[in-house]
Amino acid sequence: MDRPLQRPLISVEGLARRFGDSNQPAVFENIWFGIDRGEFVCLIGHSGCGKTTILNVLAGLDQPSDGAVIVDNREIDGPSLDRAVIFQGHALLPWLSVMGNIAFAVSSRWPSWDRAKVQDHARKFIELVGLKGAEAKKPSQLSGGMKQRVGIARALSIQPKMLLMDEPFSALDALTRGMLQDEVLRICADTNQTVFMITHDVDEAILLADKIVLMTNGPGAKIAEIVVNTMPRNERHRNDLHRHPQYYAIRNHLVEFLVNRSKAFDQEIADGSYDPRRLKLVKPGLAAVNPPAEVVPLRHTL
Amino acid sequence: MTTLKKSLGLRAALLSLLIFAAIVGLWQIAAQPPAASGPAVDPEYAKLVGAAAATGAKSAMPTPADIGVTIWKHLMDPFYVKGTNDKGIGIQLAYSLGRVLLGFGLAALFAVPLGFLIGMSPLVYRALDPFIQILKPVSPLAWMPLALYTIKDSAISSIFVIFICSVWPMLINTAFGVASVRREWLNVARTLEVGPFRTAFKVILPAAAPTIMTGMRISIGIAWLVIVAAEMLVGGTGIGYFVWNEWNNLSIANIVTAILLIGVVGLLLDQGLARLTKLVTYPE
Repeated sequence: MDRPLQRPLISVEGLARRFGDSNQPAVFENIWFGIDRGEFVCLIGHSGCGKTTILNVLAGLDQPSDGAVIVDNREIDGPSLDRAVIFQGHALLPWLSVMGNIAFAVSSRWPSWDRAKVQDHARKFIELVGLKGAEAKKPSQLSGGMKQRVGIARALSIQPKMLLMDEPFSALDALTRGMLQDEVLRICADTNQTVFMITHDVDEAILLADKIVLMTNGPGAKIAEIVVNTMPRNERHRNDLHRHPQYYAIRNHLVEFLVNRSKAFDQEIADGSYDPRRLKLVKPGLAAVNPPAEVVPLRHTL
Repeated sequence: MTTLKKSLGLRAALLSLLIFAAIVGLWQIAAQPPAASGPAVDPEYAKLVGAAAATGAKSAMPTPADIGVTIWKHLMDPFYVKGTNDKGIGIQLAYSLGRVLLGFGLAALFAVPLGFLIGMSPLVYRALDPFIQILKPVSPLAWMPLALYTIKDSAISSIFVIFICSVWPMLINTAFGVASVRREWLNVARTLEVGPFRTAFKVILPAAAPTIMTGMRISIGIAWLVIVAAEMLVGGTGIGYFVWNEWNNLSIANIVTAILLIGVVGLLLDQGLARLTKLVTYPE
């Protein structure tokens, strides 16, 4: 593990969020984790633990009550074209065509480009998500899956440093969801995109993520541990994921967390071993071969 | 059998024609002079409405046929000018339309930007809300004396009255439309680092446009209602003045003609704005 001693691309440091006055219990507090360049990180947890709030803070759409997010060694203080968001409800502008929606993003990124250049660029990304031929359609004429593709194309078209996805596929049927997951996997592999994604779908997390951040229930939610997906990317295929020797070990670990440990985590850490700044990196996929749960500091500096 | 299965539109048109025929028929019968000669009448009254009408030989109420003739006469020569009190009905309508469009246009220039501000800023909304709530229910004609006193020009006063009655629906609808733009669309603009002016014109305006246009449609309807009353008050020109003048002439046929034309112009104004509304409406 010869990694340079530097901050990861994104470093979440001591994040907390309270709604209302400061006497109220925090939705989540003392959240520390990092995302390296090119890494695909999933955050899973139950509704109400503040997953979306964390993503909004990363996007710059929400301010934390405490702590900060450091991107490229700079604290973020608002939204940025470097961090593209794929919204849960696609959030396309309904009065614009597919081309119009993407061109709006492209011309926001490069205001000096002329119309032809903007459209050429947009067309590339429409083709990338397989929507060639639908450029002139309005969002209302598209299926749910196609709308979400436009959302993905819009986010990718501004060539961000990282993608933030808030349960992007939760509103889709299983078949469409599967196809889009494959496409996201392919696109992220091709572009070496850094991704932070919220999901409550365990299989989706195993298919897509390199690391899975487990969040306990709110209020006072915290990050319990980080599961490393030890299944290499090139061995993860949606159709035979369940045949992979590590699959059930990882899946069981995640389900066990969501069903039991996410509620009772406070009792679990009653011995005082929990340090939110040095989270356990667990590798349940290797549990059969390796001794369980080595303690590895997540953060390498400070 | 096929004739019974005509489309709904055709059957509705047929029914409309039937109702029209029934109204015209009843009217024709009601306007017939009574068989017996009436009692002696006040000579003043006879002078006013004409001897035939006063004695009951002929009703002052014209028959539909009379109306038809009058309408035809007006439509054949709508733009004549034979003196200050005798102008073609087309000219009178043009005066009224001009005032309505001017007052309405000024109101739009004022209400849409201000509505934007109110919709975007909860502070401005709360600060202006009492004024709007109190002024909105005031009949626009109540402003007329104040307008006449301060402006000292009857033509401009009537435009002001149109302005004041058109402002409220546009102001309220614009503010509502702007305030209820979906948060996620604004978030899209924020994450794309779109500046405030580009956000206003590229996101908020198109998102709120259908609501704004609905406000405009309500406004123009009210403005067209109010102009007739306003022109009756200020006099001089306009379709409202025409109606009042013909009342003084006791020319019921001219009044009915004016009523029908006011209705047709109002319909055209409404349909025009409905078209525009359709252009900016987006399905979600």
